Amino acid sequence: MENPSEPEPVMRFTDVTKVYPLPAGDVVALNKISLYIAQGEFIAIMGPSGSGKSTLLNLMGCLDTPTEGELYIKGKRVKGMTDEELTSLRRDHIGFIFQQFNLIPLLTALENVQYPFILKTGAADSKGRSIEVLESMSLETNLFSHKPSELSGGQQQRVAIARALVNDPEILLADEPTGNLDTKTGSAIMELLSDLNRNRGKTIIMVTHDPKIAEYAHRTIRIVDGKIV
Amino acid sequence: MQSAVFFDFAKRNVKIHWVRSLLAVLGIIIGVVTISSMGILGNSLVLSISDSLSTVGDTVIVSPHTGSGVRMGGTTSDSISERDVEQIRRAVAPDVTIPVYSGGSRMKVGTEDTAGVIYGLKPDDIPILLDLKEGSYIRGASGAMAGERFAEENNLKIGSRITIADKGSLRIVGILKERGMGFDINPDYGIVVEDKWFEQAYDPAGYDLVIVKVKDLGTIAAVKEAIEKKLNRRDTIVDVIDTKAILETILDAFGRITTFTTAIGGISLIVAGVSILNIMMMSVTERIREIGIMRSIGTQRKEVMKMFLFEAFILGLIGSSIGGLLSFIGGYAVSIVMLESTQYLFVPSSLVYILYGMAFGIGTSMLSGFYPAWKASELNPIEALRHD
Repeated sequence: MENPSEPEPVMRFTDVTKVYPLPAGDVVALNKISLYIAQGEFIAIMGPSGSGKSTLLNLMGCLDTPTEGELYIKGKRVKGMTDEELTSLRRDHIGFIFQQFNLIPLLTALENVQYPFILKTGAADSKGRSIEVLESMSLETNLFSHKPSELSGGQQQRVAIARALVNDPEILLADEPTGNLDTKTGSAIMELLSDLNRNRGKTIIMVTHDPKIAEYAHRTIRIVDGKIV
Repeated sequence: MQSAVFFDFAKRNVKIHWVRSLLAVLGIIIGVVTISSMGILGNSLVLSISDSLSTVGDTVIVSPHTGSGVRMGGTTSDSISERDVEQIRRAVAPDVTIPVYSGGSRMKVGTEDTAGVIYGLKPDDIPILLDLKEGSYIRGASGAMAGERFAEENNLKIGSRITIADKGSLRIVGILKERGMGFDINPDYGIVVEDKWFEQAYDPAGYDLVIVKVKDLGTIAAVKEAIEKKLNRRDTIVDVIDTKAILETILDAFGRITTFTTAIGGISLIVAGVSILNIMMMSVTERIREIGIMRSIGTQRKEVMKMFLFEAFILGLIGSSIGGLLSFIGGYAVSIVMLESTQYLFVPSSLVYILYGMAFGIGTSMLSGFYPAWKASELNPIEALRHD
């Protein structure tokens, strides 16, 4: 998978293994995976339940670290990083889009988008970056002050994508982004993601069950029993 | 700015779950009020008692030793002879020595029968020991001074006549200021006469009491020792009491009571702390998924911790502020009801208990919030995200 002639990839997995120690015995979730993801790629990860897709996405999102092997994200070696360093890497370079949208229920749509911006910059969003991003998601202005519970699934996912984009990360990780949406809304969201990839150069890595959704990607990685097939 | 965001999060959480926040705050209020009001009440009591006793805190009291009741060398064990008084006078000079006769008798005011204590004092000593309310001090053997309460109860005025059983009658020349509880003499419920009159009327074997007024409080123990050395060299003839030491013992005892009651207040604050711990744990459990979201989009552990500590701080601050205010109002009410005066409330040593109470309130909240906050910050973001 690795291609040394390419420029420094946004992500590089070399023989990455992830083992979860359980009382009943160790579970090997990922088995010697090697993977190279270049800037600007749109990748779909497919595979049956329990194949290791989520584990792979968690490693990509610095929510977890490999048991063995090497993983570099934006040229930084993930293994041996402290929790604080992993969190900073996540905050500054990676945007998350979840199946359940995962907006913070206490905050309005706009505040949900502002939150990661304040986390990163330590300052209020005085230049209206959050509004700008929300508007680019075609969310009506009158919905900015609504709480997530007052928004439809599609609207929530647009807010979630805006939140993922507000810090202008190079990498977007999407876990079944259309899983909780109807076909029409799902297609609209996929168009949005494609546009972000095509016109704004975002690297998108998306886990999906749906082959139709996977068609939006340039490359599909199939994973079975912790191995890329 | 980040801190402001987390403070805002905490504020919103407190507001959204207002019922349980209210319950937590209530616990803190009760704790703070108990600590502060117990402290204030105790301190006010100590102050009021020390005020009413300190007038006699500069006194050494010599009384006949009552242990044996045996006659020794012409001195009866229940009185102090003129010779002993002279010895005391020499031992304590230049401090003033005041010998006192005392007794009690039935008396008659007009046609009304009454009874009271009678003190016989040298006219020169009376102004040193007692304050005048109205009229004048005794000048001649036919005059008497009445204690304030005694005068009130028997309707005595300046010029009234009082008949002492079969000893003759006396004219009231002055009314004494109320003296209150003391260790030496308490003429509030009796009269004071000239020593000569007392001697004529009762022919006493000796004095019942000798009071030494010590000018320099620092020498009071030395004065006591000097008297004991002089009079009790061979046998114990007199008992010598140093009122300052008694006063200190009493105040010390009250101080302990205050500490004890305040500690009881502390227990109620611990209970409040447990309720905060409970509520914060509930808050963490309810928000596991939210914490997972926050962590996954780049919130640091310490920031999650900060958010929960802010929540505990807000609960503590609200509870302590309300508690502090109520303590002040409560302290005011209790002072009026129990001490009939608020002069002991508006002093730093009383008011400081409100600050103590508030500080303990906020401290307990923060302490109780610490474990839930730590627990929240240690959550694994992946597992937290999966939590329903």
